[in-house]
Amino acid sequence: MAILSKKDSKLILDPLADNNPITIQVLGICSALAITAELKASIVMALSVLFVLGLGNVVISLMRNIIPSKIRIIVQLVVVATLVIIVDQVLKAFAYELSKTLAVFVGLIITNCIIMGRFEAFALGNGVWRSFLDGIGNAAGYGVILIIVGFFRELLGSGTLLGFPVLGNPIEKTGLYAIGYENNGFMLLSPMALIVVGILIWVQRSRNPALIEEN
Amino acid sequence: MLEHTELFFKSIFIDNMVFATFLGMCSYLAVSKKVSTAVGLGAAVIFVLAVTVPLNWLLDQYLLRDGALSWLGPEYADYNLSFLSFILFIATIATMVQLVEIVVEKFSPALYNSLGIFLPLIAVNCAILGGSLFMQAREIPSLGLAFNYGLSSGIGWFLAILAIAAIREKIRYSNVPPPLRGLGITFIITGLMAIGFMSFGGMLTGGDEAAPVPEETAVQEKTEEEKMNLEEDAEQNVVSYNAIEKE
Repeated sequence: MAILSKKDSKLILDPLADNNPITIQVLGICSALAITAELKASIVMALSVLFVLGLGNVVISLMRNIIPSKIRIIVQLVVVATLVIIVDQVLKAFAYELSKTLAVFVGLIITNCIIMGRFEAFALGNGVWRSFLDGIGNAAGYGVILIIVGFFRELLGSGTLLGFPVLGNPIEKTGLYAIGYENNGFMLLSPMALIVVGILIWVQRSRNPALIEEN
Repeated sequence: MLEHTELFFKSIFIDNMVFATFLGMCSYLAVSKKVSTAVGLGAAVIFVLAVTVPLNWLLDQYLLRDGALSWLGPEYADYNLSFLSFILFIATIATMVQLVEIVVEKFSPALYNSLGIFLPLIAVNCAILGGSLFMQAREIPSLGLAFNYGLSSGIGWFLAILAIAAIREKIRYSNVPPPLRGLGITFIITGLMAIGFMSFGGMLTGGDEAAPVPEETAVQEKTEEEKMNLEEDAEQNVVSYNAIEKE
């Protein structure tokens, strides 16, 4: 990346792996896991958060010198709520079915800890461009986990990806189903999202022992 | 009375905020290292939910939903302000949280210190906003039920954080594989607890079976209406036919 200095590209790349908002910082799990039963919903959710966090970080960073610190949480909430209302209305207008699937979870982006967490930790103390990069980076780190979880849950749970059957037809017994493969319907239930994320954390930390926590 | 009991147990066990909808996971994971802190935060969540859900119910009923403004006069009956609900709900919640913070700081400084940063962050706890949004989505019919819903969801959340805190206190003495220590094992335990809570799902199926009855009557009424319409149409046809014949 020639446009970005080394420091700036670190802002984007760090949250993708070693400082991932979900698996390391423990932020933004709330609204993430319930909608990962389908890959499509996960992607839309990731994009919505990318939009809200990228723009929100810019707005907060622009206002960082005029926000009185006592009421900053309310100011931040108003900024996020406005952006989320925009996302919600756009989804309702252009992807009505999907907005029904996501239901209240679009609204819950407001209280997604990752957004408040980045506002507090970064945008309030840094310039506009760096805040924008930080927002994009963290939202991408969040999105990556969402998409990985959504990928495995949809693939193993219903044998499809983005709604297309990739493992064959379970009723006509073609593809993998011909040799006796069955969908694991359990993957579609909410507890499995937690366990899949738990396993992701396990994999990530075994690859990078520096991240291991003390008991 | 029956619907109150049903909603109460349903919100605690079947639609448990943590295990069924993953609401409030951030503070659930971050504050569950010690039972005493977990109890404090859980109590604060119960209180804030029990206050904000009925308040937001009133807002939704008399300000936001389609035609809610009709009490102002017939010319306001067409307004639908529901796109504003996110921002109004979060404003109510932020105000209430500020209030709780002041009260806790005044009466229990020890609790205030141990909750630390998480008290102001209750405002951004998904469980609180989620309670209000689910209340709106499920169209809870009365103020009493809304209060009940807030209270029982709060109790469900309290139970969940209490259980995980107790388990995490004990798990310190067991030999967890190093990469799973801390966050990883907590996720997996929560997943297992959620599977356990799913077994409550069959508890209230009796209510669900009784539910479709009004739909059937509605369908019958419709068919009766259609019959009437058909008869009317037939009569009109006959009349027009007669008129044509006369000509």
